Amino acid sequence: MKVTLKVWRQKDAQSPGRFVTYVTPELNPNMSFLEMLDVVNEDLIRRGEEPIAFDHDCREGICGTCSLVINGKPHGPHRGVTTCQTYLRSFKDGDTIVVEPFRARAFPVIRDLIVDRSALDRIMWAGGFISVRTGSAPEANSLPVPKDVAERAMDAAQCIGCGACVAACKNASAMLFVAAKISHLGLLPQGQPERWRRARAMIEQMDREGFGACTVTGSCEAVCPKGISLEFIARMNRDYAVALLKGDSPVRAAAAL
Amino acid sequence: MKTLVCFFTSSVGRKFLMAASGGLLFLFVVAHLLGNLQIFLPPEAINNYARYLQNHPELLWPVRAGLLVLLGVHVWAAVTLTLENRAARPVQYWGRPAPYGASFASRTMMVSGVAVGAFVLYHLLHYTVVVEGLSGTKISLRALKAQHDVYAMMVAGFRVWYVSLLYVVGVGALCWHLAHGLGAMFQSLGLKNRIYGPWLDRLARAVAALIFLGYASIPAAILAGHGRAHLQQVIERIETAPERGTPPAVRTPH
Ligand code: HEM
Ligand code: SF4
Ligand code: FES
Repeated sequence: MKVTLKVWRQKDAQSPGRFVTYVTPELNPNMSFLEMLDVVNEDLIRRGEEPIAFDHDCREGICGTCSLVINGKPHGPHRGVTTCQTYLRSFKDGDTIVVEPFRARAFPVIRDLIVDRSALDRIMWAGGFISVRTGSAPEANSLPVPKDVAERAMDAAQCIGCGACVAACKNASAMLFVAAKISHLGLLPQGQPERWRRARAMIEQMDREGFGACTVTGSCEAVCPKGISLEFIARMNRDYAVALLKGDSPVRAAAAL
Repeated sequence: MKTLVCFFTSSVGRKFLMAASGGLLFLFVVAHLLGNLQIFLPPEAINNYARYLQNHPELLWPVRAGLLVLLGVHVWAAVTLTLENRAARPVQYWGRPAPYGASFASRTMMVSGVAVGAFVLYHLLHYTVVVEGLSGTKISLRALKAQHDVYAMMVAGFRVWYVSLLYVVGVGALCWHLAHGLGAMFQSLGLKNRIYGPWLDRLARAVAALIFLGYASIPAAILAGHGRAHLQQVIERIETAPERGTPPAVRTPH
């Protein structure tokens, strides 16, 4: 099969970008979307043109590095998968596919389809951790965690930090990501000492990075490759209100040790 | 203190204010509907209720002031957040696709909100301040109000079909706003989880529809003839034996 790609090309953050149309070489329907881009790039290199820059790493849906908005939807047409788990058999021979970078003020384009998602890292630095002395691993049963709590924490911990929630949201809000991270730690006993400070610190860093606010449209949940639930945003809002009423300062938990 | 300022500065804090003010305004919307539905009782019911409110300014004005503050907070939070939300996505996607998985009502809260705001403004000028030029009828609403006959005033006002239509559209916008807003309110306040959350959203849509039916039933019934006899009697009474100081019931166009 062959498809026509309409791809966003942009030299760097400063240069203006534009769409460029490419007709692909012959493709195998069982190629992943990223393998298709590899084939297109080999062809471009052979022709002496600049290959299309795109993010990728594990190519098995666990690292959160791949991105792309494909025909208006982050991570392509299906639910619950990443771009690297999207296959060409989901498209028809001769289709035109529009490929764009994630769009958000907080995610500046680095080149072509690669955006800088370090804003999410800075939110993590603000509080997405627990402060414990490191050393040998503690005895597993010394801290009992009820199974349903552990499961909910694991639901939140599924977030791979890809940023598709930001890309899909009409407000470019990062609240699903932040809520997943706050809930993952806030549900577990190890996360309790810093629970309120963490909620404040991460939310305030999120605001500083220039993400929008939630208007409960549910786009984030619908595109999230890991099915992170909107429920966690409600939980985050609750934690934030408690944090403000308790008056805990959002100082970095690390600095408080 | 500095901590509480975050309710006004942070994104989540302003969502709290928007949800809390929206929720209190919603309670007013329900109370106001119950008051208005007295139009389906004999005229004395709603007239006594209106007279009671007019004779108790110490009750009326604090409530009015409170509503104004709530609306102010709600609109301020809505406008500042909306501007920040737009700024957060400076470059749009190709062909501006509708955001995946987002309902129509959720994407158009600002549109429905502005429609509600415009409708509230018209409603206040029409029935509270009583600007006669806006009523589209020759019958003086001001004269009927001066007689403490809110029943007759409503009947006279809604017998103008395009005014009634405007009200139905106005409460339609409110219903559209609340269909998403009531569910979102619980989410913003953090009062939602996966067990009862979906039911809250369904309940929100059902309540919004009930509010619409309740409000829309009033102009619909009046256009269908409800209260016509009473209005006729009142006009004749004012015309034949005007009380001192009452303006004439039928305005003469100049
Ligand atoms: C009787 C009047 C009104 C009522 C009862 C009402 C009610 C509500 C409720 C319950 C919410 C949900 C809060 C939340 O998202 O957490 C809301 C949101 C909102 N309202 Fe209103 N509202 C009213 C008037 C207005 C007006 C006049 C405007 C326009 C300036 C407006 C604009 C908005 C916006 C933009 C949202 C945000 C939607 C979102 O975040 O999902 N509202 N309203
Ligand atoms: S919440 Fe989902 S969409 Fe958002 S960063 Fe995490 S995995 Fe990606
Ligand atoms: S490349 Fe790792 S999730 Fe797609």
